Amino acid sequence: MNTTFNPQRTGMVAAAYTVVALAVGYAFPQWQFLLAVALSKGLVALGLVLLLRSGLASFGQGLYYCAGAYSVGMAMTYLEWNNLVVLLVGATLLAAVLGGILGFLLARYRDIFFAMLTLALSMILYGLLMRYPVLGGSDGFNVYAPVIFGEKLSRPALFAVTVILTGVTVWAIQRYLQSRAGRLGPAIKDNEVRVEYLGASARRNIHLNYILAAGLAGFGGGLSSFSIGHIDPDMAFWTTSGEFVFIAILGGTRNAYAPLLGAIVLELIRSLAYQYAPNTWQVVMGASMLALIVFLPGGLISLTQRALEKRRARQHAQEAGL
Amino acid sequence: MTSRTLISAVGLHKQFGAVVAARDISVDITAQTVSGLIGTNGAGKTTFVNMLTGYLKPDQGTITFEGTDITGREPRDITRMGIARSFQIPQLFTSLTARENLEIALGIAKSPLTRAHEILAQFGLGAYADSVAGNLPEGVRKLLDISLAMVAEPKVLLLDEPTSGVASDEKFAVMDRVMDVIRAAGVTVLFVEHDMDIVRRYSDRVLAFYDGAILAAGAPDDVLNNAQVRQYIIGEPLPTTANAEAPHA
Repeated sequence: MNTTFNPQRTGMVAAAYTVVALAVGYAFPQWQFLLAVALSKGLVALGLVLLLRSGLASFGQGLYYCAGAYSVGMAMTYLEWNNLVVLLVGATLLAAVLGGILGFLLARYRDIFFAMLTLALSMILYGLLMRYPVLGGSDGFNVYAPVIFGEKLSRPALFAVTVILTGVTVWAIQRYLQSRAGRLGPAIKDNEVRVEYLGASARRNIHLNYILAAGLAGFGGGLSSFSIGHIDPDMAFWTTSGEFVFIAILGGTRNAYAPLLGAIVLELIRSLAYQYAPNTWQVVMGASMLALIVFLPGGLISLTQRALEKRRARQHAQEAGL
Repeated sequence: MTSRTLISAVGLHKQFGAVVAARDISVDITAQTVSGLIGTNGAGKTTFVNMLTGYLKPDQGTITFEGTDITGREPRDITRMGIARSFQIPQLFTSLTARENLEIALGIAKSPLTRAHEILAQFGLGAYADSVAGNLPEGVRKLLDISLAMVAEPKVLLLDEPTSGVASDEKFAVMDRVMDVIRAAGVTVLFVEHDMDIVRRYSDRVLAFYDGAILAAGAPDDVLNNAQVRQYIIGEPLPTTANAEAPHA
């Protein structure tokens, strides 16, 4: 656990990420779509990281991802709303409120019971969406380019908005992870009894993290709906939730930047595998996951930690005159 | 020394199926005293501590702390009110370092995180600040567990077998260190202990448990020389004529 709270460094990393992502996107415009979708999914995985740090795996984040996306699609279809800010705030709030309500139930459970309950809840939404035509049925809804300051957002502008909003969100969540409440996650994972005997409520902290995770998933769902342009019930299907777990494990849980890294790498692996091995791309994905768990159990972000440790060791050796 | 009663337990009873773990326990704990709790395994010492700290809810009886009824309240509420505890098996955040353990506790107590080094030094743990708690020796783990309990600046501290698992030649050093910190903070202490030399040296008062009840209570010398305590708790055979019938048997 990184315990050193350094808001300046946190801000610099978030700013650097934003600049690099924008530069890559504008240097290689064909990658903008891939990056925008990856970053949107990375936000969902970021919420999962909050839960994983507390020792809880949710296999149902698709519920909130889908809820956020559907709030955008339905608001556009039925209410003819198209303001980017209104739609994204609505998607985030709807998911967070839903998470807040369901969190009263889920925060009481741990381990496999928590995982299975989250999965069951997302599948309930999937069933409802498939069943009722008013909710779009199996076809879902189309989502159009949103408007901001009276202007319809172009694809490149939407990419820029996605990158900037993701950067700000990751910065905020990294600050949360370094706050007193955020630091409780690993403590709860290690020893819930001791947390209670220090005077804190593990359940309340888990509930708070669950609400944040739901809000992030709703936000990610809203953003991805703009990039993809279409939403359907598969967003709530358990395989979608499984993909978010994949991303979170791929990136690691050390900090808030890890899931974005995981999401981008996953999309790259998938795109390349699909391009070069269209009939066996799932095998490539599975092999990648296997290799990661065996060789990098801390996720891709642990590579940066290893590099930092090596650099520190070199510095110490130089200072010692070795 | 003040004689103000901090904790008052009245008629505590706890049963697990057919086993009575606590029967009609009534006791007052006076502020700024050190009470040693002795008894054989299963005598009810830890059950008593668990009821005081909210881990177990008594089937009957009440517990008041500074005049407030705390019977059956959540551990975190009782901790916030000023009763902290350490555990027979240290309850640490095993994947975090000793310093990070204290920082978590300081964060919950809303104290400056910079106090972690000061507390580690108080308990003689400075050298272990960056060691992962799960890899620490047992004696160090015990001290870290107690230091976590002390972070919230409690009024009462309950120590469950603070020297169990500690090498016999280190027990007094560990207890000296702990008692120095605790006395300086003016904390009232109840500690469960099997080593009678430790009990005699550090207690102002001894509560002897047997079969879920308090067999004897009073000054250490009086309790430890009590015939029933010597026979049933310390395990010394007495002359046949002095062999009394076992209490509650």
